[in-house]
Amino acid sequence: MGDPKITLEEVQRVAKLARMELSADEANEMQAQLDSILGYIAELDALDVSKVEPTFHSIPMDAALRPDVPARCVDREEVLAEAPETEAGGFAVPLVLEVDS
Amino acid sequence: MTDFPWQGAFEIRERIDQGETSAVDVTRAFLDRVETLNARLNAFLYVDHEGALAAAAGVDRARAAGAPLGPLAGVPVAVKDNLCTRGVTTTCASKILGGYVPPYDAHVIEALRHAGAVIVGKTNLDEFAMGSSNENSAFGNVLNPWDVKRAPGGSSGGSACAIAAGLASLALGSDTGGSVRQPGAFCGVNAFKPTYGRVSRYGLIAFASSLDQVGPMARSVRESAAMLEVIAGHDPRDATSADQPLSGYVEACDAGVKGLRVGVCRDQIEGVQDADVKKALDSALAALEAQGASLVDVTLPHAKHAVSAYYLIAPAEASSNLARFDGMRYGLRVTGSDLTDTYNKTRGEGFGPEVRRRIMLGTYALSAGYYDAFYLRAQRVRTLIRQDYDDAFSKCDVLCTPTTPTPAFALGEKTSDPLEMYLADIFTLPPSLAGLPAISTPCGLSGGGLPIGIQIVAPPFEEGRICSAAQVVEDACGLVTSPPPAFA
Repeated sequence: MGDPKITLEEVQRVAKLARMELSADEANEMQAQLDSILGYIAELDALDVSKVEPTFHSIPMDAALRPDVPARCVDREEVLAEAPETEAGGFAVPLVLEVDS
Repeated sequence: MTDFPWQGAFEIRERIDQGETSAVDVTRAFLDRVETLNARLNAFLYVDHEGALAAAAGVDRARAAGAPLGPLAGVPVAVKDNLCTRGVTTTCASKILGGYVPPYDAHVIEALRHAGAVIVGKTNLDEFAMGSSNENSAFGNVLNPWDVKRAPGGSSGGSACAIAAGLASLALGSDTGGSVRQPGAFCGVNAFKPTYGRVSRYGLIAFASSLDQVGPMARSVRESAAMLEVIAGHDPRDATSADQPLSGYVEACDAGVKGLRVGVCRDQIEGVQDADVKKALDSALAALEAQGASLVDVTLPHAKHAVSAYYLIAPAEASSNLARFDGMRYGLRVTGSDLTDTYNKTRGEGFGPEVRRRIMLGTYALSAGYYDAFYLRAQRVRTLIRQDYDDAFSKCDVLCTPTTPTPAFALGEKTSDPLEMYLADIFTLPPSLAGLPAISTPCGLSGGGLPIGIQIVAPPFEEGRICSAAQVVEDACGLVTSPPPAFA
């Protein structure tokens, strides 16, 4: 067995980047599973792709533009009906910035 | 005339058109069957009794008024629960979207309604369409109607099961790396993944945006072709929707295969261990040859890297797409001590294990210092896979492999090892990465009585060729007239 492809510390760092809480048990299990998957994926390292262009779009297409014409959009009430919390016709969210008064 | 519930969509429409039955009666009969069987099969997460009967009544009223009926008038359709349906819950089989009611219809839902289809309900899936067995649904897995101890496949397992068990005539699924084709193969139905861009993704809840396509599922090739005609076409609301001419797909089913060059992927097929799968594939190829096609050996030397490339690209795109589920605008919110803590708790509790795994994998592959080594490398390998297809299609018109290396595996067999589950997608991933259209059509049963599918792939926007070839396979060794014995 070589070094792990991903350490527990890296798992914690990535979970933080993804804004996703993992318990200690979940993080341990995640480390083992990601290590196994990344171990398999390492087979790609054997391919020399330095001169190959990446494919971001499988089917070549031009950037689509449409006429800039106003159209009816979804009703505000219907959208807000799905929100966990609303206030004054908008989404109510936890405090984003602390402001000293 | 075929008995309920196995009549085809065309027959149902014809009988309604002729006044032999009403759309409401047809819908009631299917709803009753769903009522009886769904508690066991778990194919539907939500059955829309009221909406279905209202749509059916609309068809009957239109007919009474002498208005022309749409191509799917009165035909009961099951819809995967990652397609937005206005006023009807759309959950992606995730706790984070439990009870979510979209304020708009997906493009494909609008198209179905316009065609007169009756939407029976929303079908079960692996959470956010991530999985190959349906075992990642937050609301319990679907059963395979051919053997209830086996996986129905995933992620569109509910849609595949619904039509295989006669709970609806037609279904829509979505396919990112095989998510209509693999359950289609496992449940013995046709499953069509169109060319990337052929069908609008507007209102399909995004998993991996460079790969996702909505696809028709049906017991017959002809019905899937008819459904493709209804949902395909340019839609300005999806920037990747292709403005390419459509051909008559139903008509293409009758075109035959005389002179068609059928590529056989020898290098991919060599790895198949399952004797039943090999035998079924050979019988399908023999049928094509007997009808005038020529078989050509081709190779896809880089297809073996598709699993690695896909499981970097799709999770990377997913990690970005699923960032929108943050507990602010819709779905679950688990309140924490501050904003960040609220995000962390909402997402930690709202997503199931496989979705969390893929978000982690994707976030890792895109993170600073790893982007070039993982994500960019995978996109370069994707180019090699595309080039393999370009080479192959200079020698052949369509290309065949099995859809899956084995018939349906047992429920629970692969849940402990995510990598093992990923490797089951080996044949469906390469066409997905290349954006190509592909069908899985049934081509026989295993010794144990499980369906087997052949995958037929074509160059971009050549869905018509797929219809012609698949119809020949169906005529020779399909399962249209052999529903699963326990539900026949």
